Amino acid sequence: MSTIYIDNKQYNVKEGKNLLEACLGLGIDLPYFCWHPALGSVGACRQCAVKVFKDENDTRGRLVMSCMENIKDGLHLSVADKTAKAFRSQVIEWLMTNHPHDCPVCDEGGSCHLQDMTVMTGHDYRRFHYKKRTYTNQYLGPLIHHEMNRCIQCYRCVRYYHDYAGGKDLNVFSAHNHVYFGREKDGVLESPFSGNLVEVCPTGVFTDKTLREHYTRKWDLTTAPSVCNHCSVGCNTIAGERYGQLRCITNRFNSEVNGYFLCDRGRFGYEFVNSANRITQPIIRNRAVEAVDEVVVMDHLKQLMNNHTVIGIGSARASVESNAALMQLVGKENFYQGISDSLRFIQKRIVEVMQSGKVQPASLQDIQQADAILVLGEDIWNTAPVMALAVRQGVMKTAAHHVLENRELPGWHDAAVRELVQQEKGFLANCTIAASPLDELSSSTVHLAPDDLARLGFAIAGRLHTSVPVVQLDSNTQNQAAIIAAALQQAKRPVIISGAGCYNEALIRAAFDIAVALNTPEHEVRLAYVMPECNSMGLAMTQSAGFENAVLRTTREENITAIVLENDLYRNVPAHIADLFFNSVQHCIVFDSLNNATTQNADVLVPAATFAEGDGTLVNYEGRAQRFYQVYMPANKNIRESWKWLQKMEEIRTAQTAEQVYHPEDLLVMCERLMPQFAGIAGAVPHHDFRINGQALPRAPHRYSGRTAILANLAVSEPKPKQDNDSPFTFTMEGYSGMPPSPLIPFFWRPGWNSIQAVNKYQQEPGGALRNEQAGTLLFEYKRDGEAVYFKDIPEAFMVRKDKWLLFPQYHVFGSEELSAYSKGVGELSPEPYLAISSRDADQLGLVDGSLVTIKVFEQAYELPVATNMLIPNGVALMPAGLQGMPAMNWNAWVQVMSVKL
Amino acid sequence: MERPLTQYIHPGCPPFDLREYEMTGGYAALRKVIGSMSPQEVQKLVQESGLKGRGGAGFNTGMKWSFVPMGENAPQPKYLIANADEMEPGTFKDRLLLEGNPHQLIEGMILAAYAIQADISYIFLRWAYKKAAQLLRKSIHEAYTAGYLGKNILGSGFSLEMHLHTGVGRYMCGEETALLNALEGKRATPRAKPPFPQVSGLYGKPTIVNNVETLCNLPHIVNNGAEWFKGLGNGKDSGTKLYGVSGKVNKPGCWELPIGVTVRELIEEHAGGMKNGYRFKGVLPGGASTDFLTTEHLDVKMDFVSVAAAGSRLGTGTMVVMDDATCPVGFVHNLQHFFAQESCGFCTPCREGLPWVEKMLLSLERGHGTAEDVEMLQMHTQLLGPGNTFCALAPGAMEPLQSALKYFREDFEKHVELHKCPYG
Repeated sequence: MSTIYIDNKQYNVKEGKNLLEACLGLGIDLPYFCWHPALGSVGACRQCAVKVFKDENDTRGRLVMSCMENIKDGLHLSVADKTAKAFRSQVIEWLMTNHPHDCPVCDEGGSCHLQDMTVMTGHDYRRFHYKKRTYTNQYLGPLIHHEMNRCIQCYRCVRYYHDYAGGKDLNVFSAHNHVYFGREKDGVLESPFSGNLVEVCPTGVFTDKTLREHYTRKWDLTTAPSVCNHCSVGCNTIAGERYGQLRCITNRFNSEVNGYFLCDRGRFGYEFVNSANRITQPIIRNRAVEAVDEVVVMDHLKQLMNNHTVIGIGSARASVESNAALMQLVGKENFYQGISDSLRFIQKRIVEVMQSGKVQPASLQDIQQADAILVLGEDIWNTAPVMALAVRQGVMKTAAHHVLENRELPGWHDAAVRELVQQEKGFLANCTIAASPLDELSSSTVHLAPDDLARLGFAIAGRLHTSVPVVQLDSNTQNQAAIIAAALQQAKRPVIISGAGCYNEALIRAAFDIAVALNTPEHEVRLAYVMPECNSMGLAMTQSAGFENAVLRTTREENITAIVLENDLYRNVPAHIADLFFNSVQHCIVFDSLNNATTQNADVLVPAATFAEGDGTLVNYEGRAQRFYQVYMPANKNIRESWKWLQKMEEIRTAQTAEQVYHPEDLLVMCERLMPQFAGIAGAVPHHDFRINGQALPRAPHRYSGRTAILANLAVSEPKPKQDNDSPFTFTMEGYSGMPPSPLIPFFWRPGWNSIQAVNKYQQEPGGALRNEQAGTLLFEYKRDGEAVYFKDIPEAFMVRKDKWLLFPQYHVFGSEELSAYSKGVGELSPEPYLAISSRDADQLGLVDGSLVTIKVFEQAYELPVATNMLIPNGVALMPAGLQGMPAMNWNAWVQVMSVKL
Repeated sequence: MERPLTQYIHPGCPPFDLREYEMTGGYAALRKVIGSMSPQEVQKLVQESGLKGRGGAGFNTGMKWSFVPMGENAPQPKYLIANADEMEPGTFKDRLLLEGNPHQLIEGMILAAYAIQADISYIFLRWAYKKAAQLLRKSIHEAYTAGYLGKNILGSGFSLEMHLHTGVGRYMCGEETALLNALEGKRATPRAKPPFPQVSGLYGKPTIVNNVETLCNLPHIVNNGAEWFKGLGNGKDSGTKLYGVSGKVNKPGCWELPIGVTVRELIEEHAGGMKNGYRFKGVLPGGASTDFLTTEHLDVKMDFVSVAAAGSRLGTGTMVVMDDATCPVGFVHNLQHFFAQESCGFCTPCREGLPWVEKMLLSLERGHGTAEDVEMLQMHTQLLGPGNTFCALAPGAMEPLQSALKYFREDFEKHVELHKCPYG
């Protein structure tokens, strides 16, 4: 700690930080633009000027940029100094010379860092009387709107997009007061992390194009803390609503999971909530009037349950609460995971090794701090994008740490650090089936069939520990194994990443063996397995049987009523299996939010709430249970959480007449009782009756406007606000106005800080953890002193077959995930179906890019254009996973590929 | 009077080729250094000679070198760069050296590279110096062929590669860190210091950037010693200096003279005095980014210390004379137009402040200016001062403006009063 004096007041501050960070950390309002906690300092905007004095007797001092000065013990500085204040105000005046002052029509208005800083510096009257410079805007795709005239040239967009996220198609052009931030020409931004520009830009140059379609000011949004639905990472988000429509998703900072950034699927995939494809009313099929009300449907459901065996099909995208409520209703033995058996088998293995407690799970923060990373099999760029962004930071930070060793240069000095780093990178081995954007960061890149990747993994483990049997590999792969093993061995904080994406169980074991072999006192090893969906881990942890078992049972037993929970089975198993299931069950009750192939087969269809309309808990890939909160109470009372419907059915089944109110935490307690492996989940977050000073927490900000006028065309009196019995939140602006505990932060907003930059105020120090941060509850317990065990069963090497190809999924950030694909922008960016094979295989078949081929899967033929690729292993074929309109494939199975003769 | 740098330069005649250069003592300094001096000794010699950077900053060259990490553990490779991006308005002295005696620069660069044990050297040349580029290419090739460049120079074990890099015409590239960025293929924006280029320069490696004229002095210092070099000066500084005079003088030109000649001597003796009908009104002594000196300063010695004491800077030593028929407001507007256009756009005060200054000056010149504009100009001279901006471009731009406001304020006020330019 150092002692510094700010305006003659003494403070103790942490060394290694700059003066701006010190001031912000002490709660002193100091304006800034080009600095960002995740990006460091470059000293471009000159906004954070302060006076620094030689000693306590120096009265003249010298103006410095606080973001570019290190903390020094005994330093005297002044924020309030007249010259410094005047200069800060002048910087705003300069920036405003060309700014269009279009706040009333600007999407950023009300949550604009430039507005906040302008007010903070006190600049008001304009003295610049000349013409403003203007720019032409660009089309940047369906997600980001571009309005260059508002630009204040802070360079943060380029530093984020290019330097931090590795994007190549956004940069700064031209010079002097014509500098331009955009693409070389109009076009869709290529990076799947482009949405963060909206939050990184201090003003309205880059704004959320989807929000624009149903625009609402931040102060008019009703918001709640949420958790992203679109992959297994579980990024924390803030979801905002007005007039019963979900308007936008913004990042909810936390230091352990996603930090400051989201991927575009997570940010822009929300629009499925507003989709015209929503199920809005209970439906009983094969009746004159199919749409019915709650009383009728409940009565009917009672009949379907009576004298029937009721089985439940769980869901990897439904909350723990909903899955648990279904399990409670049908009984543990009648609950099935709604996923294919092949996937269930792999996920079972993942749960087993994580529950063994032999290795600690890797959080995204761990990945960012890793000094060597091995990705074995999983295409994380597409299956867990924000994890790939974390991997990039790990690689870059390791290089930075390396060059900063034995130097006095502080880590926050971004440009200088980058200059020293040049092309140096920390160690990353990206071992996947096909090419990935991560390859360019990799020191070792390997593209092999999954079995061969697993063999590579075992070979690495074998080099780290003698317990793993020797694997015969070709000399090239053997070399790679040696390089990777050596790099991991040298690392202090190695991270191993694998996942279920390749449908290969041996990969899971190989990754585990490597991690266990590294788990010595010299290493802090971490292990991560990516799962397919937002609650795949929560579902897998039930350890229930797979869907094929349920199908088998329905074919053998009569009188089965099946309840399918938020699950389009046609996406999870091949169509003929799903068809068999629906033909075999007597009755089928489906809960879901959107119409799909499965809901078409429902005898009774019940509308389910999406994440925005309900409460629930998701377990992410690392076993972290995180709660999402209802954002708004839908006007349509039929839309409610599946667990609420299921609780109602439970009441009917058990004929409990007593009106009992269930809260989400009651379901979690019940879940813990049903399945001890979930121990701790009920205590993950404050309960519904949590209050601070007797006050609930408001979802609407204090400046929420026009509440009394919203329905004035219908009635002059203001209706009673809706009550929330499930959470500590109100739906209004009334309630506690201080800082809530971290899982309950519905918006970042502090006096003078209306933009997302208000996050500073919620952190222990700028860029650090939130005050009293609780980023969920980890359900896997690490047992430090456990004995090392190894898997020793190594798969055979992959053998190319004649006329047959082993089919694997190729994931896409846009298109492979079910719900986000209903959002217009995400849908637009989804690829068309194709079949990718190696260039050599294509040559042998006489195929070129775009040639049509037929592949045969279960007697069903699909015609697809071919995409040839140098980096795909021979004998392997890839098809985009999960595209709308494409059926589920039997992955990791052999298919025939035939050229279509035209 | 000795003119070591330009003694063999004869305007109108082609420069010496390698043979001619060698015959007049060329590369003798290199042979001497390589045969008998350690890098540290060369550094010490140059430090003792009092040679100051001729690019404008006037920092002791040997001292600058001494910050480069030396020895076996020093980062590799190290770089030596000749800053030949001469773009200061009114400045044309490096051009004379580049076109007049390219081998002198190359030898100087090899000596400097030896002193810091650099492995690779670049000449960063202004794009418009096409003739110099051609001559340098030829001379570098000759030097390689003769074994003065490349691996194991003259059997000494010391190796040096040399490349010519031609810029694309940005004033900013004259700033040494922006030059480094440009050389790396990045935008020509300056870097924050520290870290200084001596420690983290080109590609993050130790780098020295020296001006062409500075480097051209080195063979002569090595050949003749520090004392000889000190004795060349007229005042407090050592050596000779290339001085230039432009403006309404009879004989504008560039001359090598003992450092420390007076302004008067330069204008009246060497430049032949003011043209008929024009009277001296003021002078920018060291290029466009230096403060005006006026009639009261005619006897100021043109060395780093004396010019600074008079309130300006020696800069590049190439002066722009302003006569009494030229409007100071228009004169300064012309300069500010240049500086606003050459701002790299990185930091706010320079990017937004200079165009504002330029617009106010134009407005004054056209008769639309107000007294508030003059005040605002005055304010900007302080707001764009050193430390407030990221690099020295805007503070340099403010030097002629602040001194014009000081010495020629009446002219500014007349523009406001008359609603037009009094010079017509």
